[in-house]
Amino acid sequence: MTTSILQLAATDKPVVSRSPLRWLHPAIVPKPLRGWVIPGLLFVLWWAAYRFGWTQSQLFVPIEKVWDTAVKLSSTGELWKALGASLARDLAGFVIGSLIGLLVGGALGLSRLMENLIGPTFHTLKQISLFAWIPLISLWFGLGDVAKVAFLALAAFFPVVLNSFEGIRSVPREYIEVARVFAYSRTQLLTRVVLPSALPSIFTGVYLALIYAWLATLGAEYLLTSGVGIGNLLTDGREHFWMDYVILGVVVVGIVGFLLNWIASRIEARLLSWRGRSTAQF
Amino acid sequence: MSSFNSATASLSLQDADVAVPRSTGQPTLAARLLGAWQAAWPTLRRFLLAWPFPLAIFALWSAAAHFEWVAPQVLPSPETVFNTFGDLFNSGELRTNGVISFNRVVSGFAIGASSGLLLGVLMGLSPTFKDYVYPIFRAFAQVPSLGWLPLLMMLVGIDEALKIILVAKAALVPVALNTLKGIEGVPTRYIEVAKVYGFNQWQLLVRVVFPAAFPMIWNGVRYGLTHSWLALVAVELLASSEGLGFLIVYGRQLYQMDVVMAAVVVVGAVGFVLDKVLATIETRLLRWRHDAF
Repeated sequence: MTTSILQLAATDKPVVSRSPLRWLHPAIVPKPLRGWVIPGLLFVLWWAAYRFGWTQSQLFVPIEKVWDTAVKLSSTGELWKALGASLARDLAGFVIGSLIGLLVGGALGLSRLMENLIGPTFHTLKQISLFAWIPLISLWFGLGDVAKVAFLALAAFFPVVLNSFEGIRSVPREYIEVARVFAYSRTQLLTRVVLPSALPSIFTGVYLALIYAWLATLGAEYLLTSGVGIGNLLTDGREHFWMDYVILGVVVVGIVGFLLNWIASRIEARLLSWRGRSTAQF
Repeated sequence: MSSFNSATASLSLQDADVAVPRSTGQPTLAARLLGAWQAAWPTLRRFLLAWPFPLAIFALWSAAAHFEWVAPQVLPSPETVFNTFGDLFNSGELRTNGVISFNRVVSGFAIGASSGLLLGVLMGLSPTFKDYVYPIFRAFAQVPSLGWLPLLMMLVGIDEALKIILVAKAALVPVALNTLKGIEGVPTRYIEVAKVYGFNQWQLLVRVVFPAAFPMIWNGVRYGLTHSWLALVAVELLASSEGLGFLIVYGRQLYQMDVVMAAVVVVGAVGFVLDKVLATIETRLLRWRHDAF
């Protein structure tokens, strides 16, 4: 899912005009509204199920109840406290993990010796499924915020190392040769050639790190159950069979994930805007 | 995470290419030996250099355990872990739990990947379908698998179904997204050529669209499998009475770190094997690509 492939997908017109599924085309709903049809139907179904009493399940809560809970939790500040705690952890772990990841990835990319020394160990460790680290981390760092941040940092660390390493390694040889012709110093070579050229890949890594860190925040809060956080809110809701809490939690998790994604893609677009679209053509 | 590996271009910022002077005439035995040595040296060097770092950590670990710098409950000695590994392996516990986890990930992944493929193909081929489904799909995908976990636990309980659904969800999203991107990314030129040849729609799909979209789709499949495995271990840690994740929790609760570490090693190994299998299939399936050059 690199940027170039995404951009590539955007440059060529889609195949769909000759689609064998053309017959599916019911021109009833205007295009911009189509995305709302399924969610709208689901809402109506949800509302009707309550209104007409189709289910007596304890797990079933009406929409208003979820809304009321949202209002209640946000006015008491409980929701904001949980959200703030989760986000603070998420960011702390993400920043620490990405910075260390950049250092390690840079070292692996720039030095063959480092690659030979650390690379194999790194590639072995990265095979371990992320959450399998939690029991070890909990034993070494406890159940508090230190352990959570350490785990989040680990979650962010792996994709950043991999992608910065590969970004640096795939700097075209010609670029380096040109820089040699211009007699660039080592610093110049790094800051003017290697870094700009590796930046898109590094960004992919940071982007992935952001996504993984958010996933890991939830995991850490489920498994290291102390303190407050969105994960704890969800766990509480589940344990007490408060469906409204759980639904609210899921929605909040989704919104945060969406916003993190959006912010990262804006920053990426801004930072990489100098590249223009030239890379997309081949 | 290993699916972000791509072939690395060989490039070093340090050592410039050194031209080896060629001697004229028949090479002597010494020269040939030297040549063989020069050819073998880089591989050997790579191999040798891989060891100091892990060995240093291992030595540190052994020392820490031996002199009891940290409590053995927190850090068991390497021998203990090794012995426990042997015990767990011989008693069949590792194998049983490993097989259970493996079966879960395979069946969940198969369901998730095939529905993801179907969804992606439909969205890729029909803009109308995409208009209706894509927004809610995106909303669904925004919540990470673990976010759905509490909701699912309330709805389906903590049985096998929970694991399968969660693993399937983890695979579905990347597969569907990549299939969609892959199909949309098929260059219009290819379609034009197919038109010139008078391909019908079936031929167009089977001979042009899918082969062209395949690398991207497969990328999604590998990514999906990695995610599935990640999700399964997480859900087994949280709610399971068997499987590798359970073994880890079990060891942790009894303060048997040797069990935890042994299980973690197996978790890593299974993840590695799963990814390698897909990588091998990929090279097999993409062999036709190399034939062109």
